[in-house]
Amino acid sequence: MLEFLTGFAILVGVYSVFTLGLNVHWGYTGLFNIGVAGFFALGAYTASLLVIRPPQSDQVDDYLFAGDLANRLDALPVIGALDLWFVVALAGAALVAAMVALVIGTITIRLRGDYLAIATLGIAESVRLVFLNERWLSNGSKGLYTIPRVFDGIVSPQDYDRVYLVVVLVVFALMFAVVRALVHSPWGRVLRAIREDEVTAEASGKHVFRFKLQAFVLGAVIMGIGGALYAFDLRAISPSAFTPLLGTFIIWAMLVVGGSGRLYSPVVGALIVWGIWSGSQFLPDPLGSPHVRYFSVGALVVLVLMYAPDGITPEVLRIRDRWLARWRPRRVAANE
Amino acid sequence: MASAILRVRGLVMDFGGVRAVDNCSLNVDEGSITGLIGPNGAGKTTLFNLVAGFHKPTAGRVTFRDERIDGLPSYLIFRKGIVRTFQIPRELKRMSVLENLMLVPSDQIGESMWRAVAARWLVKRQERAIEAQAREVLEFTGLSEVADLPAEGLSGGQKKLLELARTLMAKPRMVLLDEPGAGVNPTLLRRLVDGIRRAREELGITFLIIEHDMGLVMRLCDHVIVMSEGSVLTQGAPAAVQQDDRVVRAYLGD
Repeated sequence: MLEFLTGFAILVGVYSVFTLGLNVHWGYTGLFNIGVAGFFALGAYTASLLVIRPPQSDQVDDYLFAGDLANRLDALPVIGALDLWFVVALAGAALVAAMVALVIGTITIRLRGDYLAIATLGIAESVRLVFLNERWLSNGSKGLYTIPRVFDGIVSPQDYDRVYLVVVLVVFALMFAVVRALVHSPWGRVLRAIREDEVTAEASGKHVFRFKLQAFVLGAVIMGIGGALYAFDLRAISPSAFTPLLGTFIIWAMLVVGGSGRLYSPVVGALIVWGIWSGSQFLPDPLGSPHVRYFSVGALVVLVLMYAPDGITPEVLRIRDRWLARWRPRRVAANE
Repeated sequence: MASAILRVRGLVMDFGGVRAVDNCSLNVDEGSITGLIGPNGAGKTTLFNLVAGFHKPTAGRVTFRDERIDGLPSYLIFRKGIVRTFQIPRELKRMSVLENLMLVPSDQIGESMWRAVAARWLVKRQERAIEAQAREVLEFTGLSEVADLPAEGLSGGQKKLLELARTLMAKPRMVLLDEPGAGVNPTLLRRLVDGIRRAREELGITFLIIEHDMGLVMRLCDHVIVMSEGSVLTQGAPAAVQQDDRVVRAYLGD
């Protein structure tokens, strides 16, 4: 049970990262990106390719390219000893996501609403098909599966999940802190203005294109890092993980359920939606089957949009405040 | 005689087959409140869009303080000191009135991603200054009481005042107002007129105002330009323009 919960918490953390990225795009800037899966896949494959070990003899035509960063960096003093190849892999994933977002963004970000959505959807599918078809690079539908453990050698395999949970939470917390500082800054104010009315932002003298492009790249970098975190959790990836349904829809569901444009919504949304998604496997058969899963997440999105269009986060915060209010006077009394 | 702050020469704007602005030439004197009137479809709003850089003209040129500005992107024209409002107010709905104004100043330190994270104390100091300026402008336009409300909650007239407040926040040299009086009740209208006059007297701002309410034009403007079918029909003192037969014919149709 504890193992299940640890694994569950890791994926909630990973999906919180994706949703944080999508919140930057849609929640704060109004960029209608329905190609989250594209940056997810780019991050996962980049990080994996950087670190996978070369194939063993019986898999010889599987991978032509293997970064094997873990062994290559082993000789370096600090990096080798502390297993910091992992950080290099995350940085690589972020960099590739940033470069792709910069190129795509420069071309598509001027498009409004629906057109950006169509463009991002198409690009995400293209990315997935590249990894599916370029077998020399990504081993086609079999995917990559010799991804090493983080802190291998320092931590024993049976403790891996618990340690990795801490890693995921630390990475998420760092990005969360940056996003928090940014959305509360004048930069974030410009993004919100663009979300509310692009023309007004322009009439207020803002170089709208520049801010949209920055937000697009930032969100993509976060998603790319999320992809890398995902790869090091499962330690085997294949193109089937990056379909529009698994790589984009579910993340949108998390954002909508949590509440778009709210700081804490990625965590709340990821927890609830992933809870339903992975919890339903314990239900007896007709209820636990995949189509019921999809349906229940879809139904939840519709219900939230109907009855709590701002998402569940405000409700959660209200309950928290009520509990704090109930708790505080007692603590004061106890202190006296 | 005051010198022209804005000169428009031979300006043309085609949308597909429609020529919205047709060889339009005019001057706006520095420090004036100039009215721009004309029947619907005369090209007044398109002229605003061209001057403010929201459209690129098909032909012709615009000079502002002896510098060519036609074809520049809107945010650069904004920095040169021309700010425009919209006929239908475009407030930032889910942001507070105060935030609507604090957005406006250019060159904010915290608009750079890096400094927003790394130099937060510098940003905070500037934010305090910008907030003080915004509260001053709110005072000036009589919107202080609604400073912390989301802008979507304002009345139609208050939204018009917010549009004016946004232009003042920019410390502009010239403001283009698109029908500031439409749909505003008499009390708020008086405040608006007062605000425009004081902005001219105290801050030296030049106004170019599209307006259909002739009473307002007569009271407010010291010069009136009449547009019809994309170019200037006539211009002069408000009273003289009002007497002009051609103006009446343009409005009523020949």
